[in-house]
Amino acid sequence: MQYLKPASFEEAVAMAGEAHGDVRFLAGGTDLLVRMRMGAVPDVLIDLKHIPGVYDIERTENGGWRIGVAVPGAELTEHAGLRADWPGVVEAVGLIGSTQVQGRATPVGNLANASPAADSVPALIAAGAEVEVLGPGGRRRVAVGDIPAGPGRTRLAQGEVISALYLPPRAAHGGDAYQRFIPRTEMDIAVVGCAVSLSRDGNVITEARVALGAMAPTALMVEEAASALVGTTLGEEALEALSEAASAAGRPIDDKRGTAKFRRHVAGVLARRVALVAYERAGDAK
Amino acid sequence: MSMVHVSARVNGDPVEFLCDSRETLLDVLRDRLALTGAKEGCGTGDCGACSVIFNGRLVASCLVLGAEAEGAEIETIEGMADGEKLHPLQQKIIAHAALQCGICTPGILIAAKALLAKNPDPDEETIRYWLAGNLCRCTGYDKIIRAIQDAAAEMREEA
Repeated sequence: MQYLKPASFEEAVAMAGEAHGDVRFLAGGTDLLVRMRMGAVPDVLIDLKHIPGVYDIERTENGGWRIGVAVPGAELTEHAGLRADWPGVVEAVGLIGSTQVQGRATPVGNLANASPAADSVPALIAAGAEVEVLGPGGRRRVAVGDIPAGPGRTRLAQGEVISALYLPPRAAHGGDAYQRFIPRTEMDIAVVGCAVSLSRDGNVITEARVALGAMAPTALMVEEAASALVGTTLGEEALEALSEAASAAGRPIDDKRGTAKFRRHVAGVLARRVALVAYERAGDAK
Repeated sequence: MSMVHVSARVNGDPVEFLCDSRETLLDVLRDRLALTGAKEGCGTGDCGACSVIFNGRLVASCLVLGAEAEGAEIETIEGMADGEKLHPLQQKIIAHAALQCGICTPGILIAAKALLAKNPDPDEETIRYWLAGNLCRCTGYDKIIRAIQDAAAEMREEA
């Protein structure tokens, strides 16, 4: 295996273009090294961590955030500004793996690994996050929800690399939240995950985004669930409609973690709980 | 085979090594630098026996490549005692009989040291969550938790 250390994303793309065989980009490595251990050793490994800015968390001009591709979970969960703006995204990232994994694993890696159960992905989708993608065709911005194609597969083209993660500015009176169901208290993979991001005008919800994980081959936005919230004060009727929409979403499977029927039930329960937390946070927000 | 030249610091000492690009930091520590304190329990980041502090962060050294250590500051269990004088965490692990087979102990100690650096007075729940990635098949964890709290109390007095 050839190990390369580009000094820029342009150089990384060029290296990937010239390389032969299986080419992988390396950020935190907590999924990639496990795969290598299982025998899937790439021919060329391009380590992105020597590129300037990959460890930075910065405010963008529009008041959002730019997060470098090598920023590990531990760094995000300690960041007061991000926690204040996007507590749901931060709590989702913080649920991934152990303290040791948090020391390395990155949200961009969680996205690129393309597990349907990835915790950070529903939260990023609900938040309206985007990634910057660089490739032979140039630079483009892509919604996080448009990256995963199915388990272990992305819609990134050959030679394309994610070069940054962007969170939009937090809306005034906005809040987000993420929860997952696992049968243990820690160190497990979501049976279902649910994220809600919403804004309030007084007690009335003006905007909402609801995303579910592990209910389909990719994390998905549930428009019906979001519309069940907008215009309401999150009374019992709205919660019931939300819950039904979440349960009806996607096409969950039966596997060792749970049956499709159980996943549908849990999606409804989680959506309700998570919406209440997001609503509360939006009420507390400036 | 592609060999990579790496310079880093381990427990404050400069080190240089050549490693295969596929080797993990754990392989390098054990097989090239003869630091066998960090253990390989699983090799997939699940058990925590290979825990080290890498540029100030607790990590599983089996999930870091040796090649990624270029320029890194690494702290291992071998750097924990001050000569013959054991670290308070080491003393309390012994005093509370918080180990049996000992395989997980170096990882637990390093993880606990990283926790106390961040939070000098962690409650039981905090310790249990922090150590969720350090598996121990012998002790049932209770003695480990008590040893860490006892060490933390002693370190707070000394501070």
